[in-house]
Amino acid sequence: MATNHIEIILTRQLADCLTIPVFLTDPEGNLLFYNEPAEELLGKRYEETGRMPVEEWSTIFRPFDGNGNRLRPEDLPLVKTLTHRRPEHGTFWIESLEGQKNEISVTAYPLIGRPDRFLGAVAIFWKTEAP
Amino acid sequence: MKITIWGTRGSLPAPSPENNLYGGNTSCVSVMQGDTLVVLDAGSGIRRLGQHFPPGITRVDILLTHLHLDHIMGLGFFMPLYNPKIRVNIWGPTGYKESLFTRLQRYLSPPLFPIRLQDLPSQPNVYEINESAFDIGPFHIKSAYICHPGPTIGFRMENGRSTLTYIPDHEPALGAAHFPNEPEWTSGYGLALGADLLIHDGQYTPEEYAPRVGWGHSTMEQALQFAEITAVKKVLFFHHDPAHTDEQIRQQLGRAVSNRQFSFEAAVAVEGEVIYLPE
Repeated sequence: MATNHIEIILTRQLADCLTIPVFLTDPEGNLLFYNEPAEELLGKRYEETGRMPVEEWSTIFRPFDGNGNRLRPEDLPLVKTLTHRRPEHGTFWIESLEGQKNEISVTAYPLIGRPDRFLGAVAIFWKTEAP
Repeated sequence: MKITIWGTRGSLPAPSPENNLYGGNTSCVSVMQGDTLVVLDAGSGIRRLGQHFPPGITRVDILLTHLHLDHIMGLGFFMPLYNPKIRVNIWGPTGYKESLFTRLQRYLSPPLFPIRLQDLPSQPNVYEINESAFDIGPFHIKSAYICHPGPTIGFRMENGRSTLTYIPDHEPALGAAHFPNEPEWTSGYGLALGADLLIHDGQYTPEEYAPRVGWGHSTMEQALQFAEITAVKKVLFFHHDPAHTDEQIRQQLGRAVSNRQFSFEAAVAVEGEVIYLPE
């Protein structure tokens, strides 16, 4: 069994300790972990979903814009970060696996370890406050 | 593969009448097979290795896990560095900006040391490694970053028949809610998996660890858990706390292993001991 890189391990451990939702992927976009606050927003425990390829997680939570138009995976901040290896930010809607719709803001950033190893990406997100 | 322990102590040399058994010198282990000599870390123990340098050896490779002082403090006192007929290669972890040479030079230059790294007669070669794989003589060596403050790597050395893993400063339990149950989420797992001998941090007692979480070290109990999930054949506790006497280390070991059965051997590293693994 391959071990994750130490930067990924420590990121997951940090995420595990945080009360803001955190989503962690490898360089190919495979979902490696999301924490308990993210489980609450996404409507499913990580133990139930397990690892997921980018094609799956980018559609499973049904992202859509303020006009109700479905977002393409490549429009999501985390997918942009994985593509361009730079921080991205965006606000959009998701429908949880339980059918609940939430507007969320997402900030994604790449994980680049010494010496310039691209190891994956992290997204932190939060429910946008209703006006 | 002949493994000699030249220094077992962590943090600071601790020579004293109370530390005669386990030793007072800081981290240094030599690994020899045929005319290949690899040295793991250059703590104060490396000075004595220099005094007992095997005759006929013309090349030595020093593998540094990291640059904390207890792992490099012996470098300037390693006699082969003053012999231009001996080729010395120093391997160590890549940092963020400064080269390994520059970082080593901070110590090996005035006012901390009278002779500059670049002025050493052997003119050592300095190589940066990270998540690397390379060969030195009969040894295939893998390095990987592990959980310890600052750029720190561990080593796995294979000779085709035996495997030695050296992770002297390591805190795999840091923040790990599920330690030690998730191998792929455990720092150092890939380095240690199935090793014949694991030399691993066992500095603290559980009481000492509690206020030192994040300092980069383990208890013997955690080292045992790490040895268990990595299915090693033997674990050698290393990096003894400088404040621990022989008697305290004996008690620490007794407490860690008491009433427990392991599928592997567990012992405390003793300065001067020699261990052989099949070649």
